[in-house]
Amino acid sequence: MLGLENSVISKYPGKSDQMTLLNDRPINMETPAHLLNDDLTANDFFFVRNNGLAPKNIDIKTWTLKITGESAKQTKEYSLDDLKARFEHVSYQLTLECGGNGRKEFNPPAKGNQWSTGAVGCAKWTGVRLKDVLNEVGLKSSAVYLGYYGADTHLSGDSKKDPISRGVPIAKAMEEESLVAWSMNDQDLPLLNGYPLRLVFGGYPASCSGKWLEEIVIRNKVHDGQKMKGSSYRTPCSPVPPGAKVEDKDMCIIEDMPVKSLITYPRTGATITLGQKLPIAGHAWTSAREISKVEYSIDFGMNWKPCDLGPSANRYSWQNFSSKISFPEPGYYEVWARATDVDQNIQPILLPGWNPKGYLNNACHRIAVKIEK
Amino acid sequence: MMEPEEYETGDLWRTFLTLLNVAVVLLLLGLFFAMTEKTINDFLNRPQYSEEELAESSRKRATARAVERQDNWDLVENGIHVKTGLKNDENLQLIIGACTSCHSAKLITQNRATRSGWSQMIDWMQETQGLPDLGEQEPKILDYLAKHYAPEEVGRRANLDMAEIEWYILGLEDME
Repeated sequence: MLGLENSVISKYPGKSDQMTLLNDRPINMETPAHLLNDDLTANDFFFVRNNGLAPKNIDIKTWTLKITGESAKQTKEYSLDDLKARFEHVSYQLTLECGGNGRKEFNPPAKGNQWSTGAVGCAKWTGVRLKDVLNEVGLKSSAVYLGYYGADTHLSGDSKKDPISRGVPIAKAMEEESLVAWSMNDQDLPLLNGYPLRLVFGGYPASCSGKWLEEIVIRNKVHDGQKMKGSSYRTPCSPVPPGAKVEDKDMCIIEDMPVKSLITYPRTGATITLGQKLPIAGHAWTSAREISKVEYSIDFGMNWKPCDLGPSANRYSWQNFSSKISFPEPGYYEVWARATDVDQNIQPILLPGWNPKGYLNNACHRIAVKIEK
Repeated sequence: MMEPEEYETGDLWRTFLTLLNVAVVLLLLGLFFAMTEKTINDFLNRPQYSEEELAESSRKRATARAVERQDNWDLVENGIHVKTGLKNDENLQLIIGACTSCHSAKLITQNRATRSGWSQMIDWMQETQGLPDLGEQEPKILDYLAKHYAPEEVGRRANLDMAEIEWYILGLEDME
């Protein structure tokens, strides 16, 4: 019932014991790159970024989603059955990536969970379009932002505190692919990924996609819930030098996630014999319409060669790439991958602009390879 | 003439002592057997385990030992407090008390910051997360954090961590 069929360890329901645990209170776990090789990320391999504690004793019969707020024309409540009965069911393959994925590499270091490369996944999400629900409730012309509230609880146990309450601009909420979803890869959502109901916004930091969704508020100003202010999910409005202290007023909310890619085959550390060709595979994603090119380099960026690039199932889905690499002589190599999107955004080789909380690291992914005689 | 008599008496006495010795030894052996019979029988009649069962029970014992180690709040190995993973020093208990009642110690051990960086994190937790004033403990806590969890200079991008890579032979079918 909770989608626990792939559960390996009961302590983290529905999650593989091969996940890398960064934090157990709250639970935060990422996926080693080589376990993200499948076209779609299996539920037990999908990363977990929790800010609070997952709710207990969930009863889907009494679960309701309330839509309210100063810019909603009315307050309306939907049971899960109402949502499923009243609106068209749609499925999209949407990539979710934590805004802090790659934080580990920033220098000076940024505080928070030290994600390496695995706070990303792409699943087939099924639910209803958020815009269909919002249109039935009705938005006032003053509506500018949407905020969410979930059933998770604050670490301190204080029921008056929300662990996280973020959201998106109304224009994002009204996109075709913005979902209120109950299903992930044709199964119930895993508890740690928001069972029984969540928002899914591809192309935005995954923290916008509220889990254990109970309430949506339509705001006449930028939502001011937990983790919408200060340095949370915000970067300097203008570039700053590494280590700079940035005033809250000079920080801007992260919206689009940058172009990025990940080599998911082989696992780093592969050793082959000179003369063998090394097959590589991976995924690339962007908040732009789609990826236009993925290249690889085995000489630290002096030469780039194109990879085969697969199609995009829909906007915000990741795209597969692959290639076969010949090596000129024995020795130590790194394979680097670099994606370009249709807006001509290219992944940097070094780390992109430093920011106080270490968001948006989309530097090229690298794996180590040894060629023996 | 006294001597033979004395010899005879001596012989009898010696025989008696020898018999007594034998009796005592037999008695002791009997007692020993009575005391250990169950153990010996248990050993002789012990159930025969398969290799899998032996491996399983050895795994269980290892897990139990690991759990016992994990539950031991006093255990320190190689300067690391096993229960929390925190570096051990005289201020460790302060850290455990002030930090781990709200969040995992992993949030400390995976982060690096200067003293002022750690100080800013404490400010943030006090302003937004309900952390109470730490009073005169705060400088000691900052000493601990700045000493054990200080940043390293890695430039604009660090090398791949060679120590972390597990090298393996990648089996490829086609030799082209």
